[in-house]
Amino acid sequence: MVNKRRIRVMVAKPGLDGHDRGARIIARAYRDAGFEVVYSGLHQTPEEIVEASIQEDVDMIGLSSLAGAHNYLFPRTVELLREKGADDIIVCGGGIIPDEDIPVLKEKGIKEIFTPGTTLDNIVKWVKENVKPR
Amino acid sequence: MASIFDKKIFDEIEESHVKWNKKLEKDFSSRPERLERFSTVSDREIKRIYTPKDAGDLDFMRDIGFPGDYPFTRGVQPSMYRGRLWTMRMFAGLGSATDTNKRFHHLVKEGQTGLSTAFDMPTLMGYDSDSPKARGECGKCGVAIDNLKDMEDLFDGLPIDRITTSMTINPPASVLWAMYIAMAENRGIDRNVIGGTIQNDMLKEFIAQKTFMCPPKPSVRIIADTVEFGTNEIPRWNTISISGYHIREAGSTAVQELAFTIADGIAYTQAAIDRGLNVDDFAPRFSFFFNSHLDFFEEVAKFRAARRMWARIMKERFKAKDPRSWWLRFHTQTAGCSLTAQQPYNNVVRTALQALAAVMGGTQSLHTNSLDEVLAIPTEEAATIALRTQQIIAEESGVANTIDPLGGSYFVESLTNQMEEEAFEIIKRIDDMGGMLAAIERNYPQQEIADAAYNYQIQIDKKIKTVVGVNKYVTDEEIPVEVLEIDEELEKLQIEKTNRVKTERDNNKVKEGLAEVGEACAGNENIMESLIKAVKSYATLQEVCDVYRDVFGEYRDPGIY
Repeated sequence: MVNKRRIRVMVAKPGLDGHDRGARIIARAYRDAGFEVVYSGLHQTPEEIVEASIQEDVDMIGLSSLAGAHNYLFPRTVELLREKGADDIIVCGGGIIPDEDIPVLKEKGIKEIFTPGTTLDNIVKWVKENVKPR
Repeated sequence: MASIFDKKIFDEIEESHVKWNKKLEKDFSSRPERLERFSTVSDREIKRIYTPKDAGDLDFMRDIGFPGDYPFTRGVQPSMYRGRLWTMRMFAGLGSATDTNKRFHHLVKEGQTGLSTAFDMPTLMGYDSDSPKARGECGKCGVAIDNLKDMEDLFDGLPIDRITTSMTINPPASVLWAMYIAMAENRGIDRNVIGGTIQNDMLKEFIAQKTFMCPPKPSVRIIADTVEFGTNEIPRWNTISISGYHIREAGSTAVQELAFTIADGIAYTQAAIDRGLNVDDFAPRFSFFFNSHLDFFEEVAKFRAARRMWARIMKERFKAKDPRSWWLRFHTQTAGCSLTAQQPYNNVVRTALQALAAVMGGTQSLHTNSLDEVLAIPTEEAATIALRTQQIIAEESGVANTIDPLGGSYFVESLTNQMEEEAFEIIKRIDDMGGMLAAIERNYPQQEIADAAYNYQIQIDKKIKTVVGVNKYVTDEEIPVEVLEIDEELEKLQIEKTNRVKTERDNNKVKEGLAEVGEACAGNENIMESLIKAVKSYATLQEVCDVYRDVFGEYRDPGIY
């Protein structure tokens, strides 16, 4: 049977960081690519993001961080998904992430990290290749 | 009054212009123009050449005039940089109060002439370092200030009776300001001696920067309290820095930055007048804060237009009589969003060009971004290069030798006129909605900025706009730069320090102080004296802000994209 469901993506801003220009542009690019998009809005705790992602039944969470707290907030989100048995939801991240943090974050379950300068096309392409509607 | 150019000369110019255009068209028919459409970073179309025709309606005395004279197109002070250079004010804040204090001492030693404080995210949002919401954020993008002890450590040994301090703080601005006043008074410095600025501009937070706490209406009430208190008690303080910077960083165009900022200024002026204050008593202490982006001439025109617009609004709309009320004094920061992680040394050049535009636009003070600011908080070395950039512009380039050197340029005058006209149209639209508070509730500025940001990103992705090192002139191998790291231990140490303060203070006094803050918030009394008393008892930032949140409620992001 052909699965006709569209990819459902949550774009989320964890923590207190208010830099949402990137997250909102990504949300719009996902929408324009035909995905169903849920945008969390700002100032969400990892707990709130995980709960909303399960309720909204998304296939992927895209986390955005530009204020340096990614090393705590990104792995914490993955950890909570595991605890809730929802670790089939793919987590990727973007923002100001120093190169040396990337392998550590990937090891902790973040599937991909997009840094400044990545084109919207490339991000959308990556999602299409790596995220399937569940 | 007469136009600068008489009709006869005008006709001759027009004739030559037509001829010249024909000749060009012929050239371009065999070898076309470099681009199909030439436009600014804000997507404003730019013509091949500008002539007196473009600036034709200009009236020298009415529209340009002399610096220090209404409408201040050429500068607010008569002497401008011939008298005194702009204040070189580098924004700094990292880790603990003691770490930032060291950076302040370094910058002052290197010739900086004013202090500017960056706070970490929990402080900006009114949380203490031990809040569960603060996990992982302590000291990361600024300094952590939990209570008066941290404020005392932050300014230890710095001559705050002689040097002015700017604090980039918004929802809890009143509390941090109270801590600064308390710190000064505890050091025996009178409150009418200290000088500086609190950003204290909540409207642009809802529009762009997105650090918020209480809903818009009570936020503006708190601001009116600070304006009133400053007017009566702290005469050398700028109680508000009406900011376009963050609007631009969020992706607006130059005209949107101009229009939304001035519309915010109108809203604050109205709020203070509604409070019963006389416009000429408080307006001279309003200051502004703009972005200086990459498009050189558009930025210079923006600064000139801003000065002229504010002067006209204060004089005509608010009937201010004191010329100082007509002044738009502003701080500028170069555009953080224009910097690239790729080939980061190129950022020194970008910043230099933007700083030059700010100077040509007549800024009162300037922060130049460091080359590594797109990666992390700047290292001391990178911050020093950024400061040196300003010193080279000021003392080597010669651009500060004369006032408003671009005044009279057909191109710049034409751009200045256009931007003023377009910005007034946007302000009219906001007025028709019922003012900025109503416009924000309808998400009007938020949506306009989101659209502009998305359009710009698409232009970069499609390579219509060039970003060197990102979509053109890309190199495979990047030269690494040294990046400052904040020790993860800091969070633990800061929490321990705050706990120590909490055990050593008199908790009865704290309780009493917080209760008084609550009463002032719930009633009509000005909150500032109660805040100063509460923070002097070492009540923490969050304890005070929790009172705000209890009384006024909390604002949630509507999540527009």
